[in-house]
Amino acid sequence: MKSARITADGVYRATLGGAAALVFVVVALIVFETARGAGLSIKTFGLGFLTGTAWDPVSEKFGALPYVYGTIVSSALALLIAVPLGIGSAAYLAEIAPRRVGALVSFVIELLAAIPSIVYGIWGFFVLAPWLRGAVEPWLIAHLGFLPLFRGYPFGIGMLNAAIVLSIMIVPTIVSISREVLLATPGSLREAALALGATPAEAIGVALGAARPGILGAVILALGRALGETMAVTMLIGNTNRISASLLDPGATMASIIANEFTEATTPLYISSLIEIALVLFAITIVVNGAARALVYWATGGRRTAAALA
Amino acid sequence: MIAACYAAGAIVVLPLALILWHLIAKGLPALSLSFFLEMPKPVGEPGGGMANAIVGTLILVGLGALLAVPVGVGAGVYLAEFGRGRFASLVRYTADLLGGVPSIVVGVAAYGLVVIPMGGFSALAGGVALAILMLPTIIRSTEEVVRLVPQSYREAALALGAPRWKVTQQVVIPAARAGIVTASMLAVARAAGETAPLLFTALGNRFWSTALDKPIASLPVFVFDYARAPYDDWNRQAWTGALVLVMMVTGISALLRLTVRRVAQR
Repeated sequence: MKSARITADGVYRATLGGAAALVFVVVALIVFETARGAGLSIKTFGLGFLTGTAWDPVSEKFGALPYVYGTIVSSALALLIAVPLGIGSAAYLAEIAPRRVGALVSFVIELLAAIPSIVYGIWGFFVLAPWLRGAVEPWLIAHLGFLPLFRGYPFGIGMLNAAIVLSIMIVPTIVSISREVLLATPGSLREAALALGATPAEAIGVALGAARPGILGAVILALGRALGETMAVTMLIGNTNRISASLLDPGATMASIIANEFTEATTPLYISSLIEIALVLFAITIVVNGAARALVYWATGGRRTAAALA
Repeated sequence: MIAACYAAGAIVVLPLALILWHLIAKGLPALSLSFFLEMPKPVGEPGGGMANAIVGTLILVGLGALLAVPVGVGAGVYLAEFGRGRFASLVRYTADLLGGVPSIVVGVAAYGLVVIPMGGFSALAGGVALAILMLPTIIRSTEEVVRLVPQSYREAALALGAPRWKVTQQVVIPAARAGIVTASMLAVARAAGETAPLLFTALGNRFWSTALDKPIASLPVFVFDYARAPYDDWNRQAWTGALVLVMMVTGISALLRLTVRRVAQR
């Protein structure tokens, strides 16, 4: 690079670099398109869009609050179920299981992560929903019905079903990354704990403590996946525009309302409102994923990459 | 605590095993040659298949791969071979963020980018959406595989007087070729299962169509529609469609993962 002379090396490098730079173009186009499409809705409703609860295509009043609520509650519930189970099984795989078992199980778990979400959707719809409707929800209503959480009717379809299936979908993410992070913690930590007289269980506790940032990253990454999950939730949550304390009631999420109504949306304002929901969802997942990736990267020293996480 | 870890492992595996079992038990009965070869029948007529949806998915995925693989592999090779500076870190981080964008948002973007300018839903729009979803995975896994090529190859070629670009193009890439192909195929296979970005780009089509500027059928969208339809026969076919989809996606992934491992060990 002594002068501005064009060399074969320079051209080659620039071509590949150009391909790499296309990533920025793609992300910029996504931002630009969603922002442009949402323009009309932003102009019409302003910030009130995020706090409005009406969704009335006839009188053209749109508010996203029930969908934001549905997305947050379904994802939070899914985490509540998936996090303890995921970390527990990661600890089993990394600390207790024989190496061969650990490798085999994580191979299977990674394959399962490749199952399309529509498949989880039809399983929830045809298998889980009848079971919830027939057995679980009536029991919940009878015994815990005094809590607002379990009031209502056993539909089978609703927040509970969506959250359970979401938790099944995000568990592989938590398990495989947490396992990786645990394996990356130095073995001397456990040896030191054991030498000081800790029980094997306490030694695992020490390893988990050391792996905490990475595991937190795994959880946030799973949260990102749950927030944006579309097809399974669309089939299972019931797609009703309401905010209800009961987990048995149907609801809707940001992703599910877009999937359900986009092709039916007829007026420009209707379409624009749906695109604004996509824009909000996009912004939320960018923030969540950015934080998660920074944590995972830091905790594993950059060994773990997105290719394995996606 | 140890017992709790065992229990957690068991509880995690159980629903996944149940899903696979139901998928096979409910999907297998309607799986036959005619499912692959026949067109969907109108409501009320039993039988028929999803030939158009299977071909449609292959076209959409092929289109996506055609757009994403050259760019993704180029970017991945760049990151592995020249990626030390700030620009490369930024590319990596952006690719990771792109990988985290919900597929439904990618669908909305493709709607604005392709459907509106073209004046209607089309296979091309679906292909663009799938390409965007494939891109980050291809980039990062290509980078990983190219990094596996031993440093001594590069040093040997440079010592023989080859310029840097020849080293990459004629020594490093051929050495990593098997890995690059499998890594790309993995991303492509995974995109085959995506439904959300196709709903309002490729839309869907009950008839035979291979035109790139017209709506086109796809397996995931068919499964979605058939599962929600109030007809038992359609619901059965939805399970079969799902089974075929999973066989396509995981079959390729499993095969490739094993070969990637072999290549990596060599």
